[in-house]
Amino acid sequence: MIRESVNINVHHVTRVEGHGNIKVRANNGEIEQCELQIVESPRFFESMLIGRRWFDVHHITCRICGICSVGHTTASLCATESAFGLTISEQSRLLRELIFYGEQLQSHLLHVYFLAAPDLLDAGSVIPLAKTHPDVVARALRLKKFANFVCEVVGGRHVHPISLWPGGLKHCPTEAQLMELKRQLEQQVLPDMDATVDLFAELGPKLPDFERPAAYMALKDPERYAWFTGELVTSTGQQVAMDKYLDVIEERVVRDTTAKHVFYNGESFYVGARARVNTNYEQLHPWAKAAAEKLGYQAPNHNPFANNAAQVIECVQCAAEAVDAVDRLLSMGAKYEEPQVAVRAGRGVGIAEVPRGTLVHDYTYDEKGNVVDDNLIIPTTMNVENCEQDMRALVPQMIDRSQEEITAALEILVRAYDPCISCSVHMLNVEFV
Amino acid sequence: MSDQKMAKPRIGVFSLTSCEGCSLQILNCEDEILDLLTHVDIVNFREAIDERSEDYDIAFIDGAISTESDAEETRHIRSRAKILVAIGACACTGGLNVLKNYQDPQQVRERVYGPDSEWMDTIEAQPLDAVVDVDIKLPGCPMSKEEFLQVVKAVLMGKKPTIPDYPVCVQCKLRETVCLFHRGQICLGPIARAGCDAICPAYGGRCVACRGLISDPNSNSAKEVLAEHGMTVEQLLEEFRLYNGYYDVAKTAEGTP
Repeated sequence: MIRESVNINVHHVTRVEGHGNIKVRANNGEIEQCELQIVESPRFFESMLIGRRWFDVHHITCRICGICSVGHTTASLCATESAFGLTISEQSRLLRELIFYGEQLQSHLLHVYFLAAPDLLDAGSVIPLAKTHPDVVARALRLKKFANFVCEVVGGRHVHPISLWPGGLKHCPTEAQLMELKRQLEQQVLPDMDATVDLFAELGPKLPDFERPAAYMALKDPERYAWFTGELVTSTGQQVAMDKYLDVIEERVVRDTTAKHVFYNGESFYVGARARVNTNYEQLHPWAKAAAEKLGYQAPNHNPFANNAAQVIECVQCAAEAVDAVDRLLSMGAKYEEPQVAVRAGRGVGIAEVPRGTLVHDYTYDEKGNVVDDNLIIPTTMNVENCEQDMRALVPQMIDRSQEEITAALEILVRAYDPCISCSVHMLNVEFV
Repeated sequence: MSDQKMAKPRIGVFSLTSCEGCSLQILNCEDEILDLLTHVDIVNFREAIDERSEDYDIAFIDGAISTESDAEETRHIRSRAKILVAIGACACTGGLNVLKNYQDPQQVRERVYGPDSEWMDTIEAQPLDAVVDVDIKLPGCPMSKEEFLQVVKAVLMGKKPTIPDYPVCVQCKLRETVCLFHRGQICLGPIARAGCDAICPAYGGRCVACRGLISDPNSNSAKEVLAEHGMTVEQLLEEFRLYNGYYDVAKTAEGTP
């Protein structure tokens, strides 16, 4: 049976970060409108940065997002360091990686356990889940607390870390703190991570069986699973240095939405955990590869709902890499190093693979170290167009189902992208109009 | 706000123009959140749950007002909540968002969204109390989760929570952090409101008064001290504008709070 009309209008999708609407209208089986509208208040960071001094830039840009403030800080510092021609020590690199893993864990765990899992365990939110599945929620909280603890040890706190600074860090954890991280990782985090993989391997088959092959993009580094090093590569075989990102992607303003949409060769594409695992599968840590096998994740994966599985794989990756980073920091005897900065005029681009995908910070400084020009491209803005294309492909497949079922599936789809709307403002409500 | 003890209050958490980091701080109370849920019902929290009740006793709002729809939502929440709590710098002082107020609004819009952006709803960034009465202000960028828990406890007991009104220097001394001025750096600690446990100086940062200023700051003398440390008037004002740009202290060299 072909339904006469579908009219869906979800105002402010829940369990996502920021404000977004879904609007879908179909008549006689023809989709007339299918949009993911970002209605977050515009914030104008790119303008606020103009004239600011180099040492305030990461402080300001980290406040674009509370969930990925370490990611923004990392991309920001990489851009400033590139502009000034600075290199950082091995110790600084390890500490930055460690806090980056902390945030990646924190964000992915929050998403898979608190925002996505309730859909799979038939609970409206984590609150009833705490009653029906207390062990699951307790584990999620333990892991999340550890992720925050990593960030506290390195940066002072997770939301808006303090110690990260151009040229290095302005704080060094003590040996006792690093030993405590090691103890918690080995005794608690790794077993909890195994249980997490088992849980999502069990829940995975409940996700819609839906595929739509599309282009994707991520950083790739021949030396390692790339987080904030290497070059941008696309699934279609293009590869460019970070500062040439505009050769592959283009930002467009779309009316009635405060998120810009980003295109790749005029087409939609996606970024994030699924794009990264697809791109860099061979470089995953053996523990993360084992998790991928348990989760039934085969790269390249073309099911947008599988982003949750990719996030779980990356949690294992981050925990494994954290173990290595802590061991290395302990063996080298980490001690405070004063960041050394020499200001110069120039442009620098920093790109980081933050929880939701590829984040670009591009700054131009004058000779005094004040910002004269900048451009920020947020992963969610890259994903909006692709998410809409998925919605367009999914709705006809479900057109004979009830409007409630279609709405629920679309919300789960949008949630799978883990959109971060505060960030993308410069992004979500589901409105079936 | 009433001094009545609340049985099991219904709580809403809302976000306006912000990074939602302060809402996230609530979810970061991993040790306390399950216990908290036995004392309150969270009935509206878009970032975390599906329920969207319009019937709540206490509303926590993060974010500044920077659009007409933000202002409208704030007035609506105020009309429904018995107690309105502003959480974080954006809600309490306007926060970083106010930086844009110092730039030409048309240029700001066009720089980010291009020439065809007149349709965009944007007004001067402002704190919540510029539009409605706020019962409790829980400042900081981000708000501290410890202070959040203290405020919830106080409200449950029907008491008005105490937010410190002494400078950050006091807490820096308690932590035994070496004074930034002694290290040749500058800091707004002497006039900035404490309650953050002076975390920034302890991790290599400087105090930028993200919790606002104490109620009786000697701003002019603070400006003199900062000027003695080589800051130009414009740099000084920029320092105040980071989190207190909405107030006179950041507007002119002579401005007093």
